[in-house]
Amino acid sequence: MSDLVTVEGLEIGYARRRRIVPAVRGVDLTIAPGETVALVGESGSGKTTIGTALLGLLPAAARITAGTLTVDGVDVTRASERALRALRGAVVGLVPQDPMVGLNPTMRIGAQVAGPVRLRGVRGPQVDVEVVEFLEQAGVDDPVLRARQYPHQLSGGLRQRVLIAIALAGRPRLIVADEPTSALDVTVQRRILDHLEGLVRGSGTSLLIITHDLAVAADRSDRVVVLAGGRVVERGTPRDILVSPAQDYTRRLIAAAPGLAHGGRIVPRHAAAPASGEPVLQLVGAGRRYALPRGHGSGTLTALEDLSLELRPGRTHALVGESGSGKTTALRLALGLERPDTGRVLLDGTDVTGLGWRQTRPLRRQVQLVHQNPFASLDPRFTVGQSVTEPLVSFGIGDRRSRTARARELLEQVALPASYLDRLPAELSGGQRQRVAIARALAPAPRTVLLDEPVSALDVSVQKQILALLVQLQEQLGLSYLFVSHDLAVVAQIAHTVSVLRRGRLVEEGPVATVFGAPREDYTRELIAAIPGRRAESRV
Amino acid sequence: MTGSALTRYLAGRVAQAVGVLWAAFTVTFVVLYLLPSDPVALQLGAAGIETDKLTPEQLAQVEAQYGLDQPVLAQYWHYLTGALHGDFGTSFAQGLPVSQLIGERVGTTLTLSLVAGALSLVAGTTLAWLAAYVRWRPLRLFLSRLPSVGASFPQFFIALLLIQLLSFSLAWLPATGDRGWQTLVMPALTIALLTGSMLAQVLMRSFDDTLQQPYITTARATGLSRAAVQLTHAFRNAALPAMTILGVLVAQTVTSAIVVETVFTRDGVGRLAQQAVLAQDVPVVLGVVTLAAAVFVAVNLVVDLLYPLLDPRIVHTPKVSRS
Repeated sequence: MSDLVTVEGLEIGYARRRRIVPAVRGVDLTIAPGETVALVGESGSGKTTIGTALLGLLPAAARITAGTLTVDGVDVTRASERALRALRGAVVGLVPQDPMVGLNPTMRIGAQVAGPVRLRGVRGPQVDVEVVEFLEQAGVDDPVLRARQYPHQLSGGLRQRVLIAIALAGRPRLIVADEPTSALDVTVQRRILDHLEGLVRGSGTSLLIITHDLAVAADRSDRVVVLAGGRVVERGTPRDILVSPAQDYTRRLIAAAPGLAHGGRIVPRHAAAPASGEPVLQLVGAGRRYALPRGHGSGTLTALEDLSLELRPGRTHALVGESGSGKTTALRLALGLERPDTGRVLLDGTDVTGLGWRQTRPLRRQVQLVHQNPFASLDPRFTVGQSVTEPLVSFGIGDRRSRTARARELLEQVALPASYLDRLPAELSGGQRQRVAIARALAPAPRTVLLDEPVSALDVSVQKQILALLVQLQEQLGLSYLFVSHDLAVVAQIAHTVSVLRRGRLVEEGPVATVFGAPREDYTRELIAAIPGRRAESRV
Repeated sequence: MTGSALTRYLAGRVAQAVGVLWAAFTVTFVVLYLLPSDPVALQLGAAGIETDKLTPEQLAQVEAQYGLDQPVLAQYWHYLTGALHGDFGTSFAQGLPVSQLIGERVGTTLTLSLVAGALSLVAGTTLAWLAAYVRWRPLRLFLSRLPSVGASFPQFFIALLLIQLLSFSLAWLPATGDRGWQTLVMPALTIALLTGSMLAQVLMRSFDDTLQQPYITTARATGLSRAAVQLTHAFRNAALPAMTILGVLVAQTVTSAIVVETVFTRDGVGRLAQQAVLAQDVPVVLGVVTLAAAVFVAVNLVVDLLYPLLDPRIVHTPKVSRS
């Protein structure tokens, strides 16, 4: 049987200021019918460019400078727009990267799935029948209701399923899934990947998974193609790649994937050891309820119920759970952005529950926050220097000269060159931005840093560097971290103790080594099983 | 969307509209009446009588006749209750009720505004649509520069240019007057050039932003043509920011009416306002300003009420489930 996709010597560049900056340099790739291929590489490796080229949807600045790209007998590099439209949807379907922005916000779910159905020539009531069928196939619960809803009424996982339904609706022979789950919780991620895999295996459709996470690739594919700097550096079965990687680059990717690094086992960084010192931050029986708009059942949503935790100096306590488990609410209580309905919040032994913002402000200096998304948390018009010194300005610490000196010192601490002081966030990579965000949090010399999913927006290899930086800073400065994450593999790399949350309730808590090594609750076991890479390791 | 949430949203918007209207009336009243000038002198001057020639008794009588001997607050209350009943007092200069003066002219101005509005809506949208669709760079660039050119010409200049060309040189259309559709063409074109350009500018930006969104890629990946994607997926999202300036555009039409009706000698509210300001005819100015504010507030209210229909995210409903 001939291949569905044949890529030979493909070279693609982006036109910038009359020069062509190469992004893909001589890539060969084939995908057979029914085969699942994974394209793995870091940001900038050219993997997404190849994916969009398959659909003939390269941005206007991209130029195909050499090679051929044949999909189902059509050479995409020189096909007309009309021929490309015949390929899109019907031969190649796309499941895009970010479910939160991949759906039209002002169009009902049903209408968005109906688009590709109508393109196949289906008319009349049959359209609605097929829309519900595809939503059902993609694993959307209550598809009739969902079809009438708008994207903002759905959770991230459901939106991703709708995007899969849209891709399925054209009945394609190849589905290109571009980082299909990196924005989702691990457990949701696993369910969606399982589902996608089942669909593909059942129908003989080919699947191209584009991902930065070698663990995801190895778990799901028949063949893995590793890309670096626009070139293929290694290819083979997951087994070959994991057992005998030929390239240093591949070895680095393996080491960076927490689920692969230790043969599929989670190895906590810190052994269980009794904590010392007075807690710097305490929640005592903290609870928080939100009022729901009228007409929604009981009228309140319990976001957090009776949570107690203690953060000791120089230690890291992790809060893990899926979306809606209350971990962000706990963080907001700790930060003083919200008051608990029940229970108390203590900073350095001082009860701050009933105190106003003004009274607690001196204490706030001791507690700083690092956000999840470094692309959104830095003011795009502030230079790195301005961002880093902003907390000093707002707390009135030092003068202009001492602040600049402090900014240099902070950049050095997060391993960025001092020349970056004048750069704007747009000139930095995701990892560099997160370093700047960490430097900003450290500026007023806090004792406690709250980390809200600090690495989940980053590539696995960059994740590893940022986690290493955090550990190093903790040792140097004696910081305490409250670390919020949905990813247990990441938590194992940094935390001493952990609380597992589910729907606002504490499921299990204790030292990481104990909780992860011998989980007592089913829910914890489920979270551990969802870490990508475990299946590939067991197949090796 | 829950019924109560929608009701609350509507009630809030209507209350806001009433508040804005009241504020506009009050500010105008304060500016016109509390500025350092003598209302009686203004009034008698407008009627052609020299204040100096009147005895103090006669002055007091005139003041009493127009309620000017009352305290400011009492006058304000008198005008406010009057305005609520549609009575804005009597014109100093023409001696007729202000409501009658405006009522006779509002039809002319309304027709002009509606024609100009429709024209700018069609022209502005078409231009923005084409600029987003055309791929040939020189033409795209040309189209996208047009609105700034259109918005930068002064209106009186455009009006004179049109009269010179279409009336004097070609003799196709009458230069002045307000009878028949022929007299409507040039004034409407003059207004629409400005408001249409403003609309096109906002729409173009918004199309550019919208067409960069990931959901556009999702739609194109299903095999929809560019035209279909632009129509079904981009247009509604791109129109949302443009809705916001509709109120500004209507306000612009009111200001334009003053210039255009004066140049083309059309007997409308705009010209009435211009004459009233020249004659310092305070009640008429107050009436016209309040009317303009009412139109502005009404349009913004309509826009606010249309928003939830166009954008389902505006009235926030909680997530129904989690996956």
